[in-house]
Amino acid sequence: MTRGGTAALPPEARAVLAGDRAALARLITRTENDDPTVDPILRALYPRTGRAAVVGLTGPLGVGKSSVLNRLVGHLRTEGVRVGVVAVDPSSPFSGGSILGDRIRLDRAAGDDGVFFRSMAARGHAGGVARATREVVRLLDAFGMQVVFVETVGSGQSDVEVHSVASTSVVIVVPHLGDEVQSMKAGLFEVADVFCVNKSDLPGADVAARYLTELAQLGAHGAAWVPRVVQTSATQGTGLPELWAAVRAHEDYLDAHDLRRSDERRRLSLEIQDLVRERVDRRLSEAWTRDPELRRLLDEVVARREDPHSAADRVVRRTGLRS
Amino acid sequence: MVPDSPSGPIRVLIAKPGLDGHDRGAKVVARALRDAGMEVIYAGLRQTPEEIVESAVEEDVDLIGLSILSGAHMALIPRVLALLKRRKARRIRVFAGGIIPDEDAKRLSRLGVRAIFGPGASLDDIVAAARRLARPGRT
Ligand SMILES: Nc1nc2c(ncn2[C@@H]2O[C@H](COP(=O)(O)OP(=O)(O)O)[C@@H](O)[C@H]2O)c(=O)[nH]1
Ligand SMILES: [Mg+2]
Repeated sequence: MTRGGTAALPPEARAVLAGDRAALARLITRTENDDPTVDPILRALYPRTGRAAVVGLTGPLGVGKSSVLNRLVGHLRTEGVRVGVVAVDPSSPFSGGSILGDRIRLDRAAGDDGVFFRSMAARGHAGGVARATREVVRLLDAFGMQVVFVETVGSGQSDVEVHSVASTSVVIVVPHLGDEVQSMKAGLFEVADVFCVNKSDLPGADVAARYLTELAQLGAHGAAWVPRVVQTSATQGTGLPELWAAVRAHEDYLDAHDLRRSDERRRLSLEIQDLVRERVDRRLSEAWTRDPELRRLLDEVVARREDPHSAADRVVRRTGLRS
Repeated sequence: MVPDSPSGPIRVLIAKPGLDGHDRGAKVVARALRDAGMEVIYAGLRQTPEEIVESAVEEDVDLIGLSILSGAHMALIPRVLALLKRRKARRIRVFAGGIIPDEDAKRLSRLGVRAIFGPGASLDDIVAAARRLARPGRT
């Protein structure tokens, strides 16, 4: 299960690699809370990640993301696949609190430790996932989960950041979306590798599926991958093997065209840039509140003896943001 | 060994074990806790004690709030406490709400339930208790 020895690793990393669920849960919390003492643990686990297939499930509130997810987990468990789930819900902009309700749809066999399900509040992060989602997916990957699902917040067309976490993104819609489908075209539709028309037990599913198929072909611009369209009913349990086959087909396509590595490279490049931005931001705001020299500089700008651009250059030099 | 990181929001699992049908009370409590800034994992109806404890461990909650109206509390709540002990997760504290006669409430307190709320309890009291239980030693 592990590559190389684990003796030299931090104890928490060793516990995760040994399958300790409580240790994994605790580490996820500390990661979410930006606890700086987790950095060496995440660093130690990083070489043991990158093996899981990460599948995003996105689409408007109430289309059945959690229900489809539950069925997919059930389907994969019958094949013995170990599955991790990160289900993201919005945080209240007023209290910062959150009600995380995706777990309601989960029904797994008693005592099945091949599933690890974690609910996650977005904590103000836009884009449909939380800031820590990527890192938590990695922890589930290091834990040995072969497939990790990420369910997004479900705020419709803005949930596009799932693309920066997942290797395959499934966009879920329901029959009779009509205008909603039109307005979704802009964002979500560009990230779809697979379309899932859920609630196909309701009338109109065929029409929706046909419409999406046309849209997918138009949008593919002659690319080698044309998004597949699948119909499911999570309540009746139909179409789930077909949905999983479509996800697999996309994963196989990535491998066949040697895209997995380049996609991963693109995602990591964006991630590193994000992290640098965070660090620069933190350093700047610290200096801005603490450094009396910067306050004097601001006085100069207010008094029109210095202009904002030259002041910015001096701040950059002074705070060591440029060598 | 594992340092606590009490800086993050309080996490609470709200679950309704047993077979009775509605969860209005549990939802009202969940909303009040959210409005107090907590992250509430709402596990829903008809959860077995085993499911509740496994969810609480995975979600790394500080508290479990159990809502029971069926009268089965004396079977279900001690089972949750025993499973928490078995999972070495006794740092997760349990409170309960519902129709629980005084004598039963006393027994449950002795077994380790930290707070018990009857149908007339105020949401403010429940929120205050949750805060106190999740972050002991702070106000
Ligand atoms: N008729 C029908 N209802 C469904 C289906 N899948 C989910 N639902 C219902 O849709 C509602 C929202 O489901 P949920 O999975 O929570 O959606 P989410 O918000 O996208 O995660 C629930 O009441 C489900 O029971 C389906 O295939 N058919
Ligand atoms: Mg959901």
